[in-house]
Amino acid sequence: MTPSTNTLERTNYLNATKGFMSWFWTIDHKRLGLMYMWSVIAAFILGGFFALKIRMTLMPGAVDFANQTAEQMNAYNNAFTVHGAVMIFLVIIPSIPAALGNFVVPIMLGAKDVAFPRLNRFSYHLWIIGALLFTGTFFIGNLDTGWTFYPPYSTGSTDNTVILATLGAFILGFSSIFTGLNFIVTIHKMRPANMTWFRMPLFLWAIYATAVIQILATPVIGISLLLLLVEKTMSIGIFNPELGGDPVFFQHLFWFYSHPAVYIMILPGMGVMSELFATFSRKPIFGYKSIAMSSLAIALFSFIVWGHHMFLSGQSQLMSVIFSALTFSVAVPSAIKVFNWIATMYKGSVAFTTPMIYGMSIIWLFGIGGLTGLFLATLGTDVQFHDTYFVVAHFHYVMVGSALFGFIGGIYYWWPKMYGRMADNAMTKLAWLLAFIGFNLTFLPQFVGGSRGMPRRYAGYGTEAGYDSFNYWSTIGAMILAVGLTMALGTLIYSMFRGRKAPSNPWGGVTLEWQTPTPPPEHNFEIDAFPVGDPYDMNLCEYKGEEEGFLPVNPRADDPCVADVAIDPVYFEPESENAPA
Amino acid sequence: MNLSALLRAAAWLQQDGDYFFPVEASTNAGEVDRIYYFIFWVSAVSFALIVGATIYFAIKYRRTKVGMNPEDSPHHSTSIEIVWSVIPTLFMIVMFKWGFDDYVDRRTPPGDAYQVNVHSQKWSWSYSYDEGPETGMGWLGGEGEGLVVPVNVPIKLRIDSADVLHSFSVPAFRIKMDAVPGRYTYAWFEATKVGEYPVFCTEYCGTRHSRMLSKVQVLSQEDFDAWMKAQGNLADLPPVEAGQKLFQRKCASCHNMDGTKLIGPALNGLYGKEESLVGGAKVTVDDNYIRDSILEPSAQIVEGYPDAMTPFAGQLSEDEISWLITYIKSVK
Repeated sequence: MTPSTNTLERTNYLNATKGFMSWFWTIDHKRLGLMYMWSVIAAFILGGFFALKIRMTLMPGAVDFANQTAEQMNAYNNAFTVHGAVMIFLVIIPSIPAALGNFVVPIMLGAKDVAFPRLNRFSYHLWIIGALLFTGTFFIGNLDTGWTFYPPYSTGSTDNTVILATLGAFILGFSSIFTGLNFIVTIHKMRPANMTWFRMPLFLWAIYATAVIQILATPVIGISLLLLLVEKTMSIGIFNPELGGDPVFFQHLFWFYSHPAVYIMILPGMGVMSELFATFSRKPIFGYKSIAMSSLAIALFSFIVWGHHMFLSGQSQLMSVIFSALTFSVAVPSAIKVFNWIATMYKGSVAFTTPMIYGMSIIWLFGIGGLTGLFLATLGTDVQFHDTYFVVAHFHYVMVGSALFGFIGGIYYWWPKMYGRMADNAMTKLAWLLAFIGFNLTFLPQFVGGSRGMPRRYAGYGTEAGYDSFNYWSTIGAMILAVGLTMALGTLIYSMFRGRKAPSNPWGGVTLEWQTPTPPPEHNFEIDAFPVGDPYDMNLCEYKGEEEGFLPVNPRADDPCVADVAIDPVYFEPESENAPA
Repeated sequence: MNLSALLRAAAWLQQDGDYFFPVEASTNAGEVDRIYYFIFWVSAVSFALIVGATIYFAIKYRRTKVGMNPEDSPHHSTSIEIVWSVIPTLFMIVMFKWGFDDYVDRRTPPGDAYQVNVHSQKWSWSYSYDEGPETGMGWLGGEGEGLVVPVNVPIKLRIDSADVLHSFSVPAFRIKMDAVPGRYTYAWFEATKVGEYPVFCTEYCGTRHSRMLSKVQVLSQEDFDAWMKAQGNLADLPPVEAGQKLFQRKCASCHNMDGTKLIGPALNGLYGKEESLVGGAKVTVDDNYIRDSILEPSAQIVEGYPDAMTPFAGQLSEDEISWLITYIKSVK
């Protein structure tokens, strides 16, 4: 039986129009969100393939160190470059903002769409063009600069795939800028009349802070990549000392974007965390204002810490010292968020649903990712760890362990809203368990390898170097991780066709996206305006059974989620003491 | 992997002091490790607290009945929020200060430090001394001397690069510094234990980045003096031997003398042979061809090989080029 607030058998945004063009040329933010999501997943599979290639090459015994050929090394160098570039530019940066953000932000605001729907479609098409340019490098050469494109190697030494790849990154940058611009305008101009800034769900705060970074930082990478192209194609000396340029200058420009970009990746994940912890503890988020403000603080500080990537680059000592001190300043707001999420669980009613399990495991993963950042902010220890696997493990804990797990947790959380079916069962939890174990097994040994000096971006390590055991466990872990993530994808695809039909509000969230039928109608809502109160006042809705999910305690007469079930008077027992103020 | 190399590897590992770090072989290593363990224990305790609290709350306050609403509890507390912002900040101030002091020490070589110049290029390290000798790459258990230094003497390294970015890393000394083309960078250390320690390139530099390995040989002062005396001058050797030494130092990371292909072609038996070049031209290997290939390699690329060699123009004297040619001619 279909739950009464489920629209799968009625008209909804998924079935309102049909055909390839109705998706490809859509301006519906929900459809664009879904297309981003599946495109990002496809790119993730590509990047994951190269990750496995890296791990297989490094498995002790897989390649004879003494007789590794230049071709094998080039293939490895290509693998880590493509892995990094695809995962960063095509996967993590657009993952939560462009996929989940597009789907959720307008509905959370009670709006029909983003402020500029056509610009939104244009962003997605730019993403496709960027992705095609990246994949184009496979056909014309061997992209092997690392995702950082450092000159003079990239401009003076390697082949012309760099031109295609930097052009791709440049175009993806515009995709990111337009998405950010759209969200800023949408959040500023399209909030319902009584949704003040401090009544916004924290996911919106996180997306807002992210968007600020996107539009301020991304143009800098755009111009840097253009300068790189100018040097590469016209031999105008900008970065290459042979032509009178300065290679350290590129590093400054590159990290002026790429460090804030780390927060483009992690802030939206933090936003998802705040939603998960509130909903699944059935409690208002602890310290709402400090979470909201810490998002802005992180966005601000993220612009003044780039030099910690360059402690050993030859930049002045004074700069290194200042950047070290500033770097610690980012750690404080990040820590505050973690404490707030944990405090939200205190005296709550914690549900072990799949999204919440992802959320709770991120405390572990981000705990490790964040705390190991302290070793890298500290000058004395960074000298030892710089450009070793310690750094590799650290940023994977942040970008995969936190940002990507946040993305997956967010997909499971909003999945019922997207497809009208549940994906929360033993299999989804087993997939999480495998991914969690695999992830830790992959990256924990890398910290120790790194502190023992194991350098990054090496196509092989002789047994003499003493790193075989770390590589062995890492590769085993990567295989388990791959099985877990594949299984997670399988559970989602299974749910699309066979999952239990979902009510409009299966989890008990009180933000606006849970107050419209599931999946939502084409224009998100069947009614015009909502009374907006505290986004985390969980007493506004209550559980009515598996079929109906959670329903408003005091529904409006025209609330479509309630209208269907209103026949049963038992749902309207007066509980006015819980009514919203 | 032969047995002797394995034994060497085992011997090297046995020197190792603890789980997280290779042996502490410089005056600076102990301090870095102390900072590490301070941050490590602060982090470990914080991690145990946050994960412990998460697990404890998750179990204690787990939802036993679907839809169960919790009792009201505070969702904001200024005093708690101030406490948990200030305490981490205090710890971080200590971390910063300690790391800063160590870093400034690391960047400031003592005035009486003994200088060795470190040269990097794709894909080899070489080291030159003011007294004259120059040494080549070397790797654990392999040929080549690497960087030879006396124990208990501060050593200042002046690092340069002939092509792209590289980075000079000696984990056992806890030092690392980028080599930047077009300028000098500096690092210093004082080794405390006689022995051999691996050197890695830690800034990605292309195909053979993972083979840009070397070693530091730390000798007692007497052994070092004796070594220095024995170095002599390449010019005093017969040209073939001088050429061979130079070849080991400068060329062997990309060219073999046993007929196998590394990055570039093997150079044995090459003299007098005809080579096909990219673009279709043919050339007979003679003295001038070898000379041109050393000084301006990109001009004549042999078919089937990448244009990857760093030009040696300005790096080698006329005598040195001539010794190399003599040596290459001599190997059949």
